[in-house]
Amino acid sequence: MDNQQLLAHIAALTGSEPNAVEDTYGMLNVHLETSSLLRVVEGLKTKHQFIYLTDICASHYPDRVGAEFEVIYHLHNLVANQRVRLKVALPEAQLSLPTLTGLYAGANWMERETFDFYGVIFEGHPDLRRILNMDDMDYHPLRKQYALEDETRTDKNDTFFGR
Amino acid sequence: MSELTIKNTGQMISTETIDGDIATLNLGPTHPATHGIFQNILKVDGERILSAEPTIGYIHRAFEKLAERRPYNQITPITDRLNYCSSPINNIGWHLTVEKLAGIEVPKRVDYMRVIVMELARIADHLVCNSVIGVDTGALTGFTYMFQEREKIYELYEEICGARLTTNLGRIGGFERDFSPTFHTKLNKFLAEFPDNFEEFDRLLTRNRIFMDRVIGAGPITAERALEYSFSGPNLRAAGVDYDVRVMNPYCSYQDFDFDIPVGKDGDTYDRFVVRQEEIRQSLRIIRQALDKMPAGDFHANVPEFYLPPKEEVYRSMESLIYHFKIVMGETAIPAGEVYYSVEGGNGELGYYLVSDGGRTPYRLHFRRPCFIYYQAYPEMIIDSVLSDAILTMSSMNVIAGELDA
Repeated sequence: MDNQQLLAHIAALTGSEPNAVEDTYGMLNVHLETSSLLRVVEGLKTKHQFIYLTDICASHYPDRVGAEFEVIYHLHNLVANQRVRLKVALPEAQLSLPTLTGLYAGANWMERETFDFYGVIFEGHPDLRRILNMDDMDYHPLRKQYALEDETRTDKNDTFFGR
Repeated sequence: MSELTIKNTGQMISTETIDGDIATLNLGPTHPATHGIFQNILKVDGERILSAEPTIGYIHRAFEKLAERRPYNQITPITDRLNYCSSPINNIGWHLTVEKLAGIEVPKRVDYMRVIVMELARIADHLVCNSVIGVDTGALTGFTYMFQEREKIYELYEEICGARLTTNLGRIGGFERDFSPTFHTKLNKFLAEFPDNFEEFDRLLTRNRIFMDRVIGAGPITAERALEYSFSGPNLRAAGVDYDVRVMNPYCSYQDFDFDIPVGKDGDTYDRFVVRQEEIRQSLRIIRQALDKMPAGDFHANVPEFYLPPKEEVYRSMESLIYHFKIVMGETAIPAGEVYYSVEGGNGELGYYLVSDGGRTPYRLHFRRPCFIYYQAYPEMIIDSVLSDAILTMSSMNVIAGELDA
């Protein structure tokens, strides 16, 4: 199955032509709507042997107004050895999307990690709590507005090299 | 009888009790049997485990956040501290990711050198895991033998890069120096002596009736469940799925070598042990082939933008000084783009999802840590077994705190 065929399968699952690009390194990047995510992943798993969920993570793009967050799924078809990257863009105002725990048991902690660091809510997740950070933390630390170091420090001024 | 209320883990509680008394047991965070800092809140009825609730994150060091502020070559030391039992694999995996993003082709010799180092690291990793399974069953002898062998592997790292545990080995584009004659002497000595010592260790445990009775059937998982949980590496192969990144998506010329992928059947502690034992033999096979077929050539790619020039050159030539400055200050231009790259780590598929916006640091870097992903199956694997099997299950899964918590 090459990327063109895979794209056709995904188009059949969503019912419309998905916005997809092949990245420079050969992996297909498919941008999905929140509403079609579950349908596509379920179809890929049950009909097209994408039985292996490699990874879930998110990314924060504060400059993209209305689509500040992106959740990234890597699936792997172990039979035909093909990988695909699915992306769902989310606005900061409505950071929620359906959980994949019903399809892949391993999605549990991956989604908890994504919630912990970005605050993305996975609807229907059985146990959406923080996982690596402490429970009473009141922010999601991988968002770009939180600097690594305290920005009020004056003793480490390094204007030229952006530290 | 105490009331049993455990948040969100309802499906794991078995209803039957032996004498009706349920105790809460804190296994960890610091406990000699967990070999790292993990907490498990167990509900036990006598010796039998009714439910388990793992808490992780005790050594979380925010590597993904740190990586967003570091130039690419400064991220290598961070990767050391993921699975610290096989740091060179993490280092080289990261270099391969950056090389893929930047489009760097390395000479064949570098591939072969990397294969040797990575297989040595795999042997060290599996030795730690397997000898510790022995310790947890009460057989300390094999552990003392195998830690001497691991020490020799650390001496080999020392010959390559000067460091032992957190190696920061290699550079983007290759190695900082060629393998020295001492390294070759020591490696040949290791290859000559290690198999005998290793087979002695194997004879101590693998067909030992007491050991077999102890580990067969402890902490099993089926192939279906293992795939559901996105297991990878020896733990997945022990369940009977022959997924190995080295074969499925060969990197570093792994396709040039002839080796077998051992698989188990039941996915229990014994299968995980035996699969790791066999992988050590296969790794030795790969190292021998790589040594025999070692191509001539340079030990690094010709990429002055990424690879530090020799120090004498920096003092003598203007170009070298400029490149040195650019690399050290992290001003090397790198293309924008995103890439997912994975290698077969000691514990399974170690992946790097890297997003670059063309800046001096990654825009986003996510580590796919195999430990983190398969440790979530731990409660399911130990429910209804006895406490001592839970300890064995944990050590045979080879959960490494550094990789778990990133």
